[in-house]
Amino acid sequence: MSAVVDAAPGLPADPVLERRRAVQAAAASSLRRRKLWSGLALGVCWAFLAIAVIPLVAVVFYVVSKGLPAWSVDFFTKSTVPEGVPGGGVWNAIVGTVVITTIAVVVTVPLGLVVGLFLAESDGRIAASLRFTADVMTGVPSITVGIFGYIAIVRNFGYSGFAGAFAIGFIMLPVITRAGESAFRGVPTSLREAALALGARKAVVARRVVVPTALPGVLTGVLLAVARGLGETAPLLLTILGNQYLQWNPTKPMEALPILIYNNSSQPYADLVQVAWGAALLLMVVVLVLSVGSRLLAARLRKERR
Amino acid sequence: MTVAPATVERAAPGGRRLRLPDNGYRWILGVAAAVVAGLTAWFLVSLVVQAWPAFDTLGFSWIFGKTWNPSHGAYGLLPFILGTFEVTAIAVVLAVPIGLGTALALGYLVPERTRGALSTTVELLAAVPSVVYGLWGLIVLAPLFREYVEPFLTSVLGWTGLFDGPNQGVGLLLAGVILFVMILPTMVAISRDVLVVVPDEQVEGAMALGATRWQVLRKVVVPGARTGLLGAFTLATGRALGETVAVALVIGNSPYIAHSIKSPAATIPSLIVNNFGESTGTELAVLFAAGLVLLVIGIAVNSVARWLVWSTAGSTAGAAVP
Repeated sequence: MSAVVDAAPGLPADPVLERRRAVQAAAASSLRRRKLWSGLALGVCWAFLAIAVIPLVAVVFYVVSKGLPAWSVDFFTKSTVPEGVPGGGVWNAIVGTVVITTIAVVVTVPLGLVVGLFLAESDGRIAASLRFTADVMTGVPSITVGIFGYIAIVRNFGYSGFAGAFAIGFIMLPVITRAGESAFRGVPTSLREAALALGARKAVVARRVVVPTALPGVLTGVLLAVARGLGETAPLLLTILGNQYLQWNPTKPMEALPILIYNNSSQPYADLVQVAWGAALLLMVVVLVLSVGSRLLAARLRKERR
Repeated sequence: MTVAPATVERAAPGGRRLRLPDNGYRWILGVAAAVVAGLTAWFLVSLVVQAWPAFDTLGFSWIFGKTWNPSHGAYGLLPFILGTFEVTAIAVVLAVPIGLGTALALGYLVPERTRGALSTTVELLAAVPSVVYGLWGLIVLAPLFREYVEPFLTSVLGWTGLFDGPNQGVGLLLAGVILFVMILPTMVAISRDVLVVVPDEQVEGAMALGATRWQVLRKVVVPGARTGLLGAFTLATGRALGETVAVALVIGNSPYIAHSIKSPAATIPSLIVNNFGESTGTELAVLFAAGLVLLVIGIAVNSVARWLVWSTAGSTAGAAVP
């Protein structure tokens, strides 16, 4: 107590000052130890960053280095051939993936966005439970969606591209809904109110103000959902069956890139595995282009608006 | 906001006629919402209905049976339930510390100029299809595990008894590691998002008190983001639980309870995908029921995760994260 120099003689020591001194003394005496710990712990964080980056870089590196040699003109224009037959490509799988994804997108994007608009415009209990449902459906194991596709479509109409599109669309729907909602919610209230004050009806406000303003966010969400749908494998295994021949007709069994990768990778033949690497590279490039493209597009649309 | 538009509508000439499209607009929104709700209900109901024959003929005890041998009427699901949890546990045990460390490094340690680029890269990797990870695991990692990783781990940790048995490459360990690599980008992306929203005042306050950088991270940033982090971990766990093809390619698909971390095993999704083609009758219903069990586990984990993320970051956070 007597160590407090600032306190005038005869007056009681200032407890605040005293406390500060004690804390500073403790901090100074432990500084070396704390700095050592800090250095160690931050070093561990850096090491973890390295551990995280290495396998991710390795995946990309292997897919590129093993997939690129598989690419040729035939790879993109010919259909798959059985083991032992030279040549062949993945054209049938590309067609299947494109047809299935297109059908899924055409049906789910409008539906998902309208529901997203509904969620953004309403705050009641119904909206909250629908929002929660969409969130939970985003995380449903994809294999169970495959089972649903099998029960709902395959049992009645047989294995087909439509069944695959149904399952993929079911997976994409909640992603689009939630992405749409957050994009529509991002539209400033002042904009809506200005339009309403001008006498615009809610439908007009939605069409002329909310949707155009939210477009960058909507596009990003849609492209991300498409990227996710492209890579889904398990639901397709249960719904489209696979087809080694070219098939444009979505009422028939089709091939798709993820299925081709899955089936070929466990084959004991080097050339079939090679085709799997080539297909994996193609799929990865398309998915990354969609993800990067969605970001760039969104950034550009935002900039233009300013 | 609700009062003003109503007055405006009434003031507009021919108000009654003009209001009709507005009703139409609301009608369209309502129908779309109903369609989505209906689809979800259809999904749940059809799965339960189709799985019901399994419970009807076999009761419920088969869920915890140890033997899977459909040709002899034994449909024990326990090996697959255990396999699912074991693989997920390996992935999560690796991913939680490494994901958290990476997220802290990306959010607070990496120089600001590279921060954005690195974070974007991680987010992009979250979009790489799981089948690609499976292919990489089976062709590249499995031989490496068989020749180097498993012998090394056995020589170092063999005394624990966890590493008994032959080195096969494929098995629980490899499946867990592949899942770890696969869920890591998701985990890092969400963790980073919830870590960087901890208020600057708190971080600066701790620094002003003389805390070291690690003390700031450990005592202010991580506790501040605790609920969100828990949500990120649970969400990643959910992804690991439901993953099918990446696991099916590298787990070895053996319908027995694993006795070692190196043993081949199987998970519920890999069971379904491997047996689906040739199943009929009771076995098919059993596979549907297995899917139902998986769905219940998955929905439970996911609901907890969403609730945790919501309660910290607001209901629109993480919407676009797969």
